[in-house]
Amino acid sequence: MVWLFGLLWPLLGIHADGTLSFTRAFNVWFYIFAVTLVIVVVVVLQKQGILDGFGRSLGAGKTGLTAVYARTPQWAWIAAVAVLALVFPMFTGRYEQDVAINVLVYVCLGLGLNIVIGLAGMLDLGYIAFYGVGAYTYALLSVNFQIPFWLSLPVAAFTACIAGCIIGYPTLRMRGDYLAIVTLGFGEIVRIILNNWMELTNGPNGILGIKAPGIFFPSFAEGFSLEHLYLKKLHYLYYVILLLAVFTVIAVRRLNISRIGRAWEAIREDETAAELMGVNTYRLKLLAYAMGAIFAGLAGAFFAARVRFVSPESFTFLESATVLAMVVLGGMASIPGVILGALALIVLPEIFREFELYRMLCLGGAMVMMMVFKPSGFIAAKRLGRRSEEREG
Amino acid sequence: MTTAPILELRDVHTSYGNIKALKGISLSVYPGEIVSIIGANGAGKSTTLMSICGIIPLKAGEVRYNGQAIQGKPADLLPPMGLCQVPEGRRIFPRLSVEDNLDMGAFFRRDKDEISKDREHVFALFPVLKDRRNQHGGTLSGGEQQMLAIGRALMSRPKVLLLDEPSLGLAPLIVQKIFEIINEINREDGTTILLVEQNANIALQTAQRGYVLETGAIIMEDEAQNLLNNPEIRKAYLGES
Amino acid sequence: MEFFLQQLINGLTLGGIYALIALGYTMVYGIIQLINFAHGEFFAAGGYMGVILLSFLAGQGYLQTHPWLCLGGAMLLAMVFCAFLAMAVEKVAYMPLRKSTRLAALVSALGMSIFLSNGLMLTQGVYDKPYPAAFSQGGFEFGNIVVSYLQIMIVLITIGLLIFLNILVFKTRIGKAMRATAQDKVMSALVGINSNKIISLTFAIGASLAAAAGIMVGLYYGSVNYTMGFVPGIKAFAAAVLGGIGNITGAMLGGLIIGMVEIFGAGYISGQYKDVFAFIILIAVLYFRPTGIMGENVDDTRV
Repeated sequence: MVWLFGLLWPLLGIHADGTLSFTRAFNVWFYIFAVTLVIVVVVVLQKQGILDGFGRSLGAGKTGLTAVYARTPQWAWIAAVAVLALVFPMFTGRYEQDVAINVLVYVCLGLGLNIVIGLAGMLDLGYIAFYGVGAYTYALLSVNFQIPFWLSLPVAAFTACIAGCIIGYPTLRMRGDYLAIVTLGFGEIVRIILNNWMELTNGPNGILGIKAPGIFFPSFAEGFSLEHLYLKKLHYLYYVILLLAVFTVIAVRRLNISRIGRAWEAIREDETAAELMGVNTYRLKLLAYAMGAIFAGLAGAFFAARVRFVSPESFTFLESATVLAMVVLGGMASIPGVILGALALIVLPEIFREFELYRMLCLGGAMVMMMVFKPSGFIAAKRLGRRSEEREG
Repeated sequence: MTTAPILELRDVHTSYGNIKALKGISLSVYPGEIVSIIGANGAGKSTTLMSICGIIPLKAGEVRYNGQAIQGKPADLLPPMGLCQVPEGRRIFPRLSVEDNLDMGAFFRRDKDEISKDREHVFALFPVLKDRRNQHGGTLSGGEQQMLAIGRALMSRPKVLLLDEPSLGLAPLIVQKIFEIINEINREDGTTILLVEQNANIALQTAQRGYVLETGAIIMEDEAQNLLNNPEIRKAYLGES
Repeated sequence: MEFFLQQLINGLTLGGIYALIALGYTMVYGIIQLINFAHGEFFAAGGYMGVILLSFLAGQGYLQTHPWLCLGGAMLLAMVFCAFLAMAVEKVAYMPLRKSTRLAALVSALGMSIFLSNGLMLTQGVYDKPYPAAFSQGGFEFGNIVVSYLQIMIVLITIGLLIFLNILVFKTRIGKAMRATAQDKVMSALVGINSNKIISLTFAIGASLAAAAGIMVGLYYGSVNYTMGFVPGIKAFAAAVLGGIGNITGAMLGGLIIGMVEIFGAGYISGQYKDVFAFIILIAVLYFRPTGIMGENVDDTRV
């Protein structure tokens, strides 16, 4: 580890005009160095057993907590979270609501990707393409045909699903790691098309003037009539995305415990065995892929309605990587894990605003560290094994 | 026997996950002898050899070679010390030529002249390999592959040769031939041989001493001749009713 | 016809560069069955190292007096640097994951790629870095076809490196050990090969080839950027798959094909969609012949 940093030093310090100036490199490495130092100190202390007492009290607290958790019925927790989520906008300002909306969008995306990666075990690196498809679908419908948000939502899901099938059809026969690179390629293709198809997408300039979602509001001013309102206020949008997120959570949960979910997990654990047991692996993989695409499409449509502007910039590979990181860091195949991952990856950068530049750097580093030290994520799924064909060797 | 064993296992335990594979194996091999371990499928024969070679980590116990504890040593340091294994299923490098396969056996050696001398020695033992020297290892027949695997091991000039099921999947005539060569290696080069076999008959005929392994533990240890005559062994492993 | 020949030459240049990058992918995949996503970043780091060293030399005035010597030196240094960088990356991000799931290793590789490219951005800046213009001028002209000295140089260096690699992998003891390790890790340990060292070496070789490619791309296009590793990385991977992953000759051939397809696609079909062609080829190959054009059947050149 130290070796790596030592090596990166010279590269980062020398400037292109031939002069040597280390100030900027120094800043970067200073932060990294400080963080590493803290980690090293903690590890050393732990090794020497100094933290044992601390750990024990922590452990005691943890067991206490789990006891409380076990005693409280599940519905109470869900209700508490639901109430908290419902009253959230009433006590918070614009900024917090904005962040919360972001978190919820990524929860939808993360859970969708979780179907593909966590449940069916396929590494999809072009996931953001479906988000883009969903967003552009609503954008085009809204701008060209004035079709309202709620009608477009299923259409966006449908087009994303179709896109998923088109991409999935040729690729899903491939083995895991080929799939990763091909989906990555497809993600890029979609972005390039969005960027270059001027007639349809207005290219890199994007599409402006997308309508916000509207609802019919009963109005009693002149008798009874339904009034159409555009939900431009942030807290209304918050409720819309909350609805979508809750829908996603419930849907993914139902899928997870259904027959299909178990089949997906069987494919993840051992594709050959699953096939031999009569699981139609290809069709189920395609289904997982399409399902993931649907949720991305929904989130995309909301994104378009919320920002009211779409451009290819929003759908780069780095977005895919961020969503992937959420799933991976939070815990593959685990719904609370993915929610936690989304929360962490959106909220933490907001807190550490001044370190904005280092966001992706830390993200990359965190992905590596997480895989090395705790590959199952913060909240590991209960049913998670490993592919039998990888065991040997 | 009064000399010190060249290879000794003391109460070796290993496991795959929660499944215990070896439950306290102890055995000794003395310089210059042929010892065979016989046992049924899944008794832990290959696991024993892989544990000796450091491929499978020990849970407990000790492996001593030449009086030195070698458990926990990386596998790749053992061949230079003179401990070499011909693994089950031969494990020829399929896309390397016969000659390159042999050269890999001498990977850690730098003495080029001696290496080519040893190569000629192997070719003398197995003339068929010389004819096929430029062919890929994967294109050889089973018997030829077994010969190549033994030849490859010999290229490292082993003091102790561990052989895992050399008769596996081979026609009786070839098996006969391979075991003649094993005897020859033992006689001519003075190589100590630890032989693991399911084919108890031929293994005990070749070996001086034998161990019987059953579900991860040694249940019997004796002179090979005595084992061959033991009615229980005859019944369980030699197919007599 | 002239246009065609010109494109052929451009395609050859680009294809050679892709081939160099693809070799790193294919060798690493051959030995540990991992797509090394960070490989594109080694390529970018090589390009940056080249710009740094050459600018430094230009600043000192050496570049103007001994251009070829400087280029050779810079390239060698950059290759050595990237070799060490790759070994360090392998130690940190891949070695601990040797026994874990494939997905975990892939995610780790992806994380490393993001980490490295952002590291480059943070320390070298967001904007393009121009290469000192000591080599870009001049060339041969045949009618309307222009072959710049730079192109000739790139092709020559590429061929030289490819020949060197072939000798290394197929004739030397270490190369044979690499192939042995790729074919059977347990057995290679049993004959005394330290697979960790060999894997490390494989990463080093692949990365140094990528570094050379990075410098040549920098010279060819005149500048480098921190994102430059991403798209060529995917295309080179496409080349590696096209040639049959794990297969060294295949990777060279695949690189050439991808380079040609891209140049001709851009020239005859559409320049805007030039990045798409490589992916379409990749998908088509994987769909119709997953083992690649040189895969499995002609497998004597597999690592």
